[in-house]
Amino acid sequence: MDGTKVIRIQDVSKRFVIRKEKSLKERLVNFGRSNLHKDDFWALRNVDLEISTGSTVGLIGPNGSGKSTLLKMIGGIMQPTSGSVHLRGRLAALLELGSGFHPDLTGRENVFLNASILGLSRKQTERHFDAMVEFSGIEPFIDTQVKFYSSGMYVRLAFAVAVHVDPDILLVDEVLAVGDELFQRKCLERIRGFQHEGRTIVLVTHGLDQVAEFCDRAVVLEHGKVAADGKPREALKVLRADFEATRQEEVDRAENTKDEPVKRPRARFTGVALRSDSGATGHPSLKSGEGLTVAVEIEATTPLEDWEIGVGIATPLGIALYGTNTRLLGVQLPRHVGTGRFEFHLGQLALGEGEYSVQASLNGADGTEIDTVPLAAEFSVEGDGRSRGALAARAQFAVL
Amino acid sequence: MTDIATERAVRLAAEPLREAGPRPGFASGTLSSLRDIAAHRELMGFLVRRELKSRYKDSALGFLWSLIRPLAMLLIYYIALGKFLGAARSIPDFAIFIYTGLTAWTLFNEIVTIGTASIVANSGLIKKVYLPREVFPLSVVGSAVFNFLIQLGILLGATVVVGRFPSGTRWFYFPLSLAVLLVFATAMALLLSAVNVYLRDVGYLVEVALMILFWASPIVYSWAQVQKTLYPKHVTLEQLYLANPVTVVVVGFQQSFWVAGTGRPIPDHLNERLWISLAVGVLLLWVCQRTFARLQANFAQEL
Repeated sequence: MDGTKVIRIQDVSKRFVIRKEKSLKERLVNFGRSNLHKDDFWALRNVDLEISTGSTVGLIGPNGSGKSTLLKMIGGIMQPTSGSVHLRGRLAALLELGSGFHPDLTGRENVFLNASILGLSRKQTERHFDAMVEFSGIEPFIDTQVKFYSSGMYVRLAFAVAVHVDPDILLVDEVLAVGDELFQRKCLERIRGFQHEGRTIVLVTHGLDQVAEFCDRAVVLEHGKVAADGKPREALKVLRADFEATRQEEVDRAENTKDEPVKRPRARFTGVALRSDSGATGHPSLKSGEGLTVAVEIEATTPLEDWEIGVGIATPLGIALYGTNTRLLGVQLPRHVGTGRFEFHLGQLALGEGEYSVQASLNGADGTEIDTVPLAAEFSVEGDGRSRGALAARAQFAVL
Repeated sequence: MTDIATERAVRLAAEPLREAGPRPGFASGTLSSLRDIAAHRELMGFLVRRELKSRYKDSALGFLWSLIRPLAMLLIYYIALGKFLGAARSIPDFAIFIYTGLTAWTLFNEIVTIGTASIVANSGLIKKVYLPREVFPLSVVGSAVFNFLIQLGILLGATVVVGRFPSGTRWFYFPLSLAVLLVFATAMALLLSAVNVYLRDVGYLVEVALMILFWASPIVYSWAQVQKTLYPKHVTLEQLYLANPVTVVVVGFQQSFWVAGTGRPIPDHLNERLWISLAVGVLLLWVCQRTFARLQANFAQEL
């Protein structure tokens, strides 16, 4: 986190006033009582953030947590209610794709217009024009009005313009998941290029895998506050734990409002423990190829019928590597009430060196989630230093 | 880090931090606002072109439509007012007279009407990217001026046809009147486009106000007729009538292009009135721009 700061956000708060009336008549009629028709909503509360040059920061969080608002403040589109946002260098925002396009103009005219909106001069656009068209891959249609474009072509052209601007800071809001796979790969390659050139990228996204893949820092926003800030892996952990908590809450709420209560069985994990084949427990360290025992304790307050337990292994970034459950293993679990212990043995884990987490889940036979623990326990694997990645193999080399 | 990256980091380290978005301050922000707008003049050019190209795209007659409206108005007023009501008897070259007024009026009308709607019409862009938002009303001014030039060409053609092409000192009034008109119309467009974001009633209000203003200016009747009614009994009313900047602008236009009207009564001190209007207009423009700058801070969330 060293290096020059290009974005400095100091104690920023943003309040939205939600008015329930809009027209002159309504305002006049309700003039005296106008405070009754206002609601305050704090989209951001005392946010402090500094971003240094060359870093790629992912802003993540649940819907409505203030990510886009914060991005708009950095872009200068919105003004903070209090606090300040300072910047260095040239800034460009990847528009929600194509919002600068006019349907009646041709592709060519729109390229110039859009480039100009993004801050390119006419000369620069002319210089990059061929590259842009080439990148978009829609050369034959460049002189057609864009209203006749398919949505894919629209997006391709918009993105092609956007990646040819030359910003120091690039703001990206939920736009990377566009186009077909080939085009997406091109876009991602381009973004890697941007990183390589030392540009600062601030990314708002729900694609957590993208954050894991690209960002060297992730900031989790929650109800307008910074809930976590650091390595993507730590931040994602916080966010995923959050999502699970929210899901539980929703289940509970739904339960309470239902007419006939407790249709869904109530049960939860009370403990998950790991033991390696060599006997290590707690946060065990395995040799590659060693087996792992996952013991779970379940407490059911209502009888569980027709149910299943599942366990899985994931990387620290949450990418699932392995998963199984009692149904897949061909086990029919008996009816169960109260506390019970169960054990899975996962033999011969051919994992590469690194940290791994164990997930546990409890499902009804119809697929209803009864309880899920995304980060039930952790273990590490020691490699022999001869490989990278999550998978271990017995590698040999020969010159033929 | 690569060379480019290091280079960039070094360059950025030398730059001072600046505030995101428009600079605050009512009076102090003027200069930075002007600089911001000047930096985006190329974009304004593109927006003007977009406006012009998209307006009549896919219509067979295209640009002709922007002429058909004023020509139809001319025909209506010429026949209904000029012939049936007899206005043409006291006004020589009645067609030229009306078309002169209409040319000026159309420019004013277009800037104010379309300008008022310009911010709301471009809400998609305003919510997504920071630009000095003045470019939207200003690009409306640009496209309106383009249409105005075409109409002006027709007007000059008509003066040639009737054999009374304006010459000599008459031309002094034209640039001055045009400047007054542009300054006032731009000021209104800036102010109203910003207020329209918060209160959509403004669009309808503007329609009504412009209709009143049209009949409160000597476009289809002459100043001489107004004077005959108001002078000398209602001097205050007369002065009030002359305080309307559109009135002096229209009279100024007529002084330039309505050659047949030479020697007819004109408001006294027309020249001074125009200069004063210009000064007031420039001041108004400044106040309106500053108000615009204030109001634009919340555009993105109100749209």
